[in-house]
Amino acid sequence: MNSRSDVPTNENFEPVLTQNLKLPGSEKIATYLSVGGYQAVRKALSLPPDEIIDMVKRSGLRGRGGAGFPTGTKWGFMPNGKDVPKIVAVNTDEGEPGTFKDREIVEQDPHQVLEGVIIAAYAVGANRAYVYIRGEFFLGVKRWIKAISDAYEFGFLGENILGSDFSLDLSVHRGAGAYICGEETAMLESLEGKRGSPRLKPPYPASIGLFGLPTLVQNIETLACVPHIINRGSEWFSSIGTAQSKGPKIFSVSGHVNRPGNYELPLGISLKEIIYRHAGGIRNGNRLKAVIPGGASTPILPAELVDVPMAFETLEAAGSALGTGAIIVMDETTCIVEAVRRLSKFFAHESCGHCTPCRIGSHRIYEIMDRIEKGQGHSGDIDLLLNLVEGIDGNTFCPMGSALVNPVRSAIQHFREEFEYHITNKNCLVKTQIPK
Amino acid sequence: MGNINFTINGERIQAEQGQTILQAAREEGIYIPGLCDHPALPPEGACRICLVEIEGQRALHTSCTYPVSEGLVVNTNSDRVRASRKFNLELLLSDHPMDCMTCDAAGDCLLQDLAYEYDVSEDRYQGTKHHYSVNDPNPFIQVDRNKCILCRRCVRACREVNGVEAISVFYRGFSAYIGFGADSSMDNSPCEFCGSCVEVCPTGALWPKMSLGEGRPWQVERVQTTCPYCGVGCQLILEVKDNKIIKVDSAWDGPSNHGWTCVKGRFGYDFVHHPDRLEKPRVRKYLLDGKKKPAASKRNPEKEGNPWQWVEVDWETALGITAGKMRQIRDDHGPESMGFLTSAKCLNEENYLMNKLARQVIGTNSIDHCARL
Ligand SMILES: Cc1cc2nc3c(=O)[nH]c(=O)nc-3n(C[C@H](O)[C@H](O)[C@H](O)COP(=O)(O)O)c2cc1C
Ligand code: SF4
Ligand code: SF4
Ligand code: SF4
Ligand code: FES
Repeated sequence: MNSRSDVPTNENFEPVLTQNLKLPGSEKIATYLSVGGYQAVRKALSLPPDEIIDMVKRSGLRGRGGAGFPTGTKWGFMPNGKDVPKIVAVNTDEGEPGTFKDREIVEQDPHQVLEGVIIAAYAVGANRAYVYIRGEFFLGVKRWIKAISDAYEFGFLGENILGSDFSLDLSVHRGAGAYICGEETAMLESLEGKRGSPRLKPPYPASIGLFGLPTLVQNIETLACVPHIINRGSEWFSSIGTAQSKGPKIFSVSGHVNRPGNYELPLGISLKEIIYRHAGGIRNGNRLKAVIPGGASTPILPAELVDVPMAFETLEAAGSALGTGAIIVMDETTCIVEAVRRLSKFFAHESCGHCTPCRIGSHRIYEIMDRIEKGQGHSGDIDLLLNLVEGIDGNTFCPMGSALVNPVRSAIQHFREEFEYHITNKNCLVKTQIPK
Repeated sequence: MGNINFTINGERIQAEQGQTILQAAREEGIYIPGLCDHPALPPEGACRICLVEIEGQRALHTSCTYPVSEGLVVNTNSDRVRASRKFNLELLLSDHPMDCMTCDAAGDCLLQDLAYEYDVSEDRYQGTKHHYSVNDPNPFIQVDRNKCILCRRCVRACREVNGVEAISVFYRGFSAYIGFGADSSMDNSPCEFCGSCVEVCPTGALWPKMSLGEGRPWQVERVQTTCPYCGVGCQLILEVKDNKIIKVDSAWDGPSNHGWTCVKGRFGYDFVHHPDRLEKPRVRKYLLDGKKKPAASKRNPEKEGNPWQWVEVDWETALGITAGKMRQIRDDHGPESMGFLTSAKCLNEENYLMNKLARQVIGTNSIDHCARL
């Protein structure tokens, strides 16, 4: 399989974010130091903070947590000066179904992220950082804590880092199992010990964040890119990828492929190449049916669109989104109705309950999906679903409510006959077609 | 007059920097419906009823949270806006008991008003509804979670205005509900029963227990008065039916209470119609007969003819006896033998008169006030 010729192929692409993962004891500070770790911090501390922000801006790095906001621009939003304490909050919540890249980085190479945190904190003038980590990441919590205490020992954290006048303290806070706490303002509430519910924006965290202080919230993978930008330069980073999507990206591939897992590849690589070349193609030689290209919040793509380059702009043009880059592959044995029923169960369960359309609407969608799947659907149910999707989309307090509409609407758009079959025949179209 | 110019429904209006579209519209008398917003509370953006269309913006926005800015062009009533509002109302009512026939809040319920305005009657979803038991044992406030729309006005009133934080939301999504303390009953929480939550609740979810079944808003006469309890002088509105107080609301235009009050003002009115309440003055029989105070061993006020018996008299008689006794004490023992204690329940004018009585009429400086005790 080859990727399309009109997007950069980066045939000689070398993984950087995952390059240490194959080393024995990759999580240890000694290993990290033996491959040149913490050089970037040393270099960064010798540069003025503005220059670092500028480098990150020029690299074209966009957030890897799902929203794809330009990272350097966000750093530039943090207020200047030393009169207000500032904070960096590290988002290790990784709750988006299908996504498991942050976990692997944190478990196997925490120092790479830590180095990114230190550089980011130095660039925006923050002396306090918090890691918010998903409660179920038991190994990740252990690895973060060990990495932090080793970094203190080696002088990468604490007072006067590496003899400079920059100081940074970092501590870890465990979440209690809510998807919404990955949303940056809900995460800040949770960090403050409150109920995980999103805040009204504006004010954005860069002006009023944790404990009312200016706060930079960043995803793990985003921060992992930072030391490499400092070491190799912005031009190196921006030479990888497409016009609006720069750099390496870890794609979590799951579902009906032969080799599920994390694959670090250049942005802009085609979805087809990831599935067939890197993830080993579809299991049992089955036919590809559909793909969710960017985590559960992104619209489902039918197999015909599998040539799409994995970049922010190209996926949007194809009617989906890059999201977290989590690719969920469904082969011909998948009942789309059942898949969407499960997704809607997830979103209904995880709704924080703050706003009407998500709190009640997501539950109504789940109820309708559930009855259709069970062969108890009513004749008007597809219209009812589309009406719910229309009413919810864009009208919720935070982006989460509007995320559920993506799988539902795209599934009806591309696989309407399966919904209709379920409703009319009280049976599953796929099950009748696929011999056991 | 503000310094920001913008347009609502083709009408140019002015607003202050920092105001939301809804605040600016409200000041201009332009109606935008909303359930979670309340003028005395910070915005929440929860109900999504106040959505408006803003020119040049793809999505609708909640006017209760959207700050005004120069040149904004807002439409509060387009088809798209109305459809969105109706959608959210339909969702709210799809998990609502729809028993307006017997609900105490009928006629005083924003949800009912909006269902009427947007013609929401059928439940297209036929999904599950909550069936919470209505059994919070506290003496003052009925908590009916089935009628709660999770607007969190109560949460904000208790937290932002009172600083009590007795109410919060428990669980998530469709399972979310308002609860008290550590998800306990109201009287097991920090609640002080000020009833501010009841005052701001837009539905019948929180209602005074004393008012249940006593009457509907259109059956009452609303009488504004000053609370009889303390020197703050909260302005209250008595809801009176058949000459009986059935409910007390706090008045938003009260200059000292700005719409809030305390447990006594809101719920402490049962003495008014209580059978034990004294409505006429009484004196002991021996005083009426001009006799000396009999021995305490003879005390039997219940018994007819006993010198300690309470006898109902007119004001003139009662005050005459009191004045005579006071004069006698002053003459026999001197003014310094007397002290006066006044009450926080009195008006300023009454306390002033008491001061005059003590210092000028009797001639003593021994006067104090219960608020200092
Ligand atoms: C419902 C919801 C869940 C989210 N979960 C996560 C998450 O688990 N991890 C994450 O990094 N970002 C998550 N985000 C995105 C964050 O709000 C935020 O944009 C991100 O952490 C910023 O970092 P970045 O710019 O480096 O991507 C979530 C957003 C929403 C709306
Ligand atoms: S859309 Fe509303 S209910 Fe859903 S998670 Fe966001 S704030 Fe909570
Ligand atoms: S009665 Fe007052 S203190 Fe009690 S919950 Fe309501 S607002 Fe809070
Ligand atoms: S009890 Fe009333 S004020 Fe409180 S959230 Fe429910 S509807 Fe709103
Ligand atoms: S009044 Fe604006 S969202 Fe409720």
